Amino acid sequence: MIEEAVISRVLSGALRTGGDFAEIFAEDKRSSSAYLDDGKVEELTSGRDRGAGIRVVVGDTTGFAHTADLTEEGLTAAARAAAAAARGGDGGTRVVALTRQEVPRGYEVQTYPEAVAKADKVELLVQANEAARSEASVISQVAASYADSHRRILVANSDGLMSTDDAVRTLFSVSCVATGDTGLQTGRESVGHTVGFELFDLHDVQALASRAAARAVTKLSARPAPSGEMPVVIASGGGGVMFHEACGHGLEADLVAKGASVFKGRVGESVASPLVTLVDDGTMAREWGFFAIDDEGHPAQRNVLIQDGMLSDYMWDLLRSRKEGRGSSGNGRRQSYQHLPMVRMTNTYLLAGHDDPEDIVASTDSGVYVKHLGGGQVNTATGDFVFGMTEAYLIEKGEITEPLREGNLIGNGPQVLQLIDAVGNDFAMGPPGTCGKDGQGVPVGDGVPTLRVQRLTVGGTAS
Amino acid sequence: MDDLDDLLEVGDRVLARARGGEQVEAVVIRGVDTEIKVYEGEVESLSSAQSQGVGIRVILDGKQGFAYAATLDDGSLAETLSEARDNASFGTSDEFQGLAEPDGVPIPDLDLYREALVGYPIDRKIEMALELERAVRAADPRISGIESAEYVDSRFEGAIASTTGVRNAGRETSCYLSTYAMATEAGETQTGFGFSVGREPGDLDIAKVAAEAGRRATRLLGATKPASERMTVVLDPWVTAQFLALLGYTLNGESVLKGRSLFAERLGDEVAAPIVTLVDDPTDPASFTATDTDGEGLACRRNVLIAGGTLDRFVHNAYTARRAGTCSTGSAVRGGFKSTPGVGTQAVTLLPGGRSQAELVSDVGEGLVVQDVSGLHSGVNPVSGDFSTGAEGLRIRGGELAEPLREFTIASTLQRMLLDVSAIGNDLEWLPMSAAGVSIVIRDVTISGT
Repeated sequence: MIEEAVISRVLSGALRTGGDFAEIFAEDKRSSSAYLDDGKVEELTSGRDRGAGIRVVVGDTTGFAHTADLTEEGLTAAARAAAAAARGGDGGTRVVALTRQEVPRGYEVQTYPEAVAKADKVELLVQANEAARSEASVISQVAASYADSHRRILVANSDGLMSTDDAVRTLFSVSCVATGDTGLQTGRESVGHTVGFELFDLHDVQALASRAAARAVTKLSARPAPSGEMPVVIASGGGGVMFHEACGHGLEADLVAKGASVFKGRVGESVASPLVTLVDDGTMAREWGFFAIDDEGHPAQRNVLIQDGMLSDYMWDLLRSRKEGRGSSGNGRRQSYQHLPMVRMTNTYLLAGHDDPEDIVASTDSGVYVKHLGGGQVNTATGDFVFGMTEAYLIEKGEITEPLREGNLIGNGPQVLQLIDAVGNDFAMGPPGTCGKDGQGVPVGDGVPTLRVQRLTVGGTAS
Repeated sequence: MDDLDDLLEVGDRVLARARGGEQVEAVVIRGVDTEIKVYEGEVESLSSAQSQGVGIRVILDGKQGFAYAATLDDGSLAETLSEARDNASFGTSDEFQGLAEPDGVPIPDLDLYREALVGYPIDRKIEMALELERAVRAADPRISGIESAEYVDSRFEGAIASTTGVRNAGRETSCYLSTYAMATEAGETQTGFGFSVGREPGDLDIAKVAAEAGRRATRLLGATKPASERMTVVLDPWVTAQFLALLGYTLNGESVLKGRSLFAERLGDEVAAPIVTLVDDPTDPASFTATDTDGEGLACRRNVLIAGGTLDRFVHNAYTARRAGTCSTGSAVRGGFKSTPGVGTQAVTLLPGGRSQAELVSDVGEGLVVQDVSGLHSGVNPVSGDFSTGAEGLRIRGGELAEPLREFTIASTLQRMLLDVSAIGNDLEWLPMSAAGVSIVIRDVTISGT
């Protein structure tokens, strides 16, 4: 993307006014998407985002500027702006010698999206539409979406680091509406992996569409969800968003450092039921939150956050770990070259336990079985968090019975983690997610085995 | 509009390459953004960013294609146009597909641009952020930390030109201060935010931001989880605005035509309490999202959506209007230059009533004030109408604010909530989103707690 000699000169120039640290993050991302709705292929979109973000750190202050101009002139101007923003004094000359790091990719893409005919992408949409509509006559609307991205990044900094990554992501989703006497209901399914077009060798879009349609149809006969505290069983593969919200964000070192986390100062303490071992793992090949290097050039890592209920560590980016005199954990990520990196999750999951998932349900007298989770949100300072249920059922006398309408569940992270009293042996990753923090979205994965929380508040309307 | 000529000229260069029989539209934007975050008396980060881009839409034989690029040189424009043209060939032909055509509605002059922001020195912006942080700390001795204190501004310039005769350009400035504060007492922490928005730094009110964040955080200290029951709730303006923005989805022409709106067949019906008049008016310069033209270059206009409880109108862009056999309401919205225009409400508000929030609380007698909600994207389904969100707030006892409450949900359906609105306050406030806030009272909402 940029010549090594140019990078060295730009970084040296960025430090001329006395910066402690300078970094170039260059990105060249090509995206394409296709969208079918209402029986019609509505649009195909292609785009290219290419540029570099430069940050200069002086003391505790970071200056940042970005440019779409990757020539030496463009980069130098951005470096100057970043240095001015960081307000250094007189730094003299520092020579930056770069050492190119080769980090293994971890996965070889088989079919790059650029090499696939647009007609083949459109054909997938058409197949999904037909499959969803043929699932049931009450399916009244179907939207299907295909999207791919090919993102190449280069990170170089004044510590001499220089590294690159090349990642392809492919995503497919189907949303259905079913219409009945009870009104409209929706069902959505998505699949996404950090792979090329071979995604569709592994996943059948027609089956995906049928599942989305079936979810909408099921909910036509759903009754209002209950209101109040009760046992909640979360299904394997339905999504690990509960852990993402209940403690994932609270274990991000930037929030911890500001005292904005209920988990501050709790490393080495019991923060969860002994059944809980929680991992954040950027090395999980093919998963949605997978990469070779993070957006600060640090190789992806597998980090155990909670081991048998004990808090082992937070997640770290470069700035926070430098301050603490330790290494980054490979969690420095950003949405694009136009953004500063911060601490972000990758693929966050609960390790499998020993319980038989059927026994978990059978031993629950009454409660709610959440088969498919929606998004969520957390206030890390108080620990209160919510997550949505997009497919859920009542549990009555140990059996899964009637479907429930949608709603949020609410709990307090540290309390809910202690209330996990069963963890199944049936681990599965959930659908791809986009995690939002401070206005930036990044791709993340999550997964759980079947598990039970003794007590969680279900936010329905039925008493 | 002199200095926007170069943007229009980029659009002209794209249109000059249009071929016979095809419609071409180019959206060209340019922006300068500044973001200053401070922490414990120091600048934590200062970002200054310039961005630009072009989005090109091609329609040929009723098929639409789109492409975008962040560079505006001739080679890039030609490549982007040709990519959009190629993309169009894969679309399904639709007789209603087509670009907007000028409809004679004059473009309002809204005065959304301030030279005062453009020339404002960076040092003074930094000083505002630092002063905000100090003011929040001083707001109350229980303020234990400040998760964020920031100053953000943006200057935006955009032009749109099409082969159907649309050709206009505009520019605007905006800025805001915001903070997220923590209050701690007896080992328990609560949070509260505050913000102030304007077109230029002089519009921003540091004292208000600090007081609001301090009040919101401290008044929740000692909050407990309530028992589950049904009660009357007073939604704070901030919560009402989020509710209105969601409601906008159900009233957009695309949702209606595609069978995703619960109000699809209900024009002329009483869908809300008679005191509810809902207006979408991006031509109100006081609104944060005010704009003179929509995402297709047509003049924005004031649209009354619900009049005295009766569903009066849906919002449309050129495509949905054509398909519905009506006229565009100037409601094409786009998320920057990287996407095609959709349809949406742009600045919705309820017509305010005559009572202050304190008077509404007094009238309610027994109930709950909802200060904030969470999980709107995960627990509200605007297609089915199911509504369930996390919430925090204060109990109302004997017409007065009483103990704080947290970790509960409020639930109903969008349909019922509109019918259950029993009072609207006089505290209308434009917020940094596409809706205005005002206190409203809603009966019979389910509270889920213990």
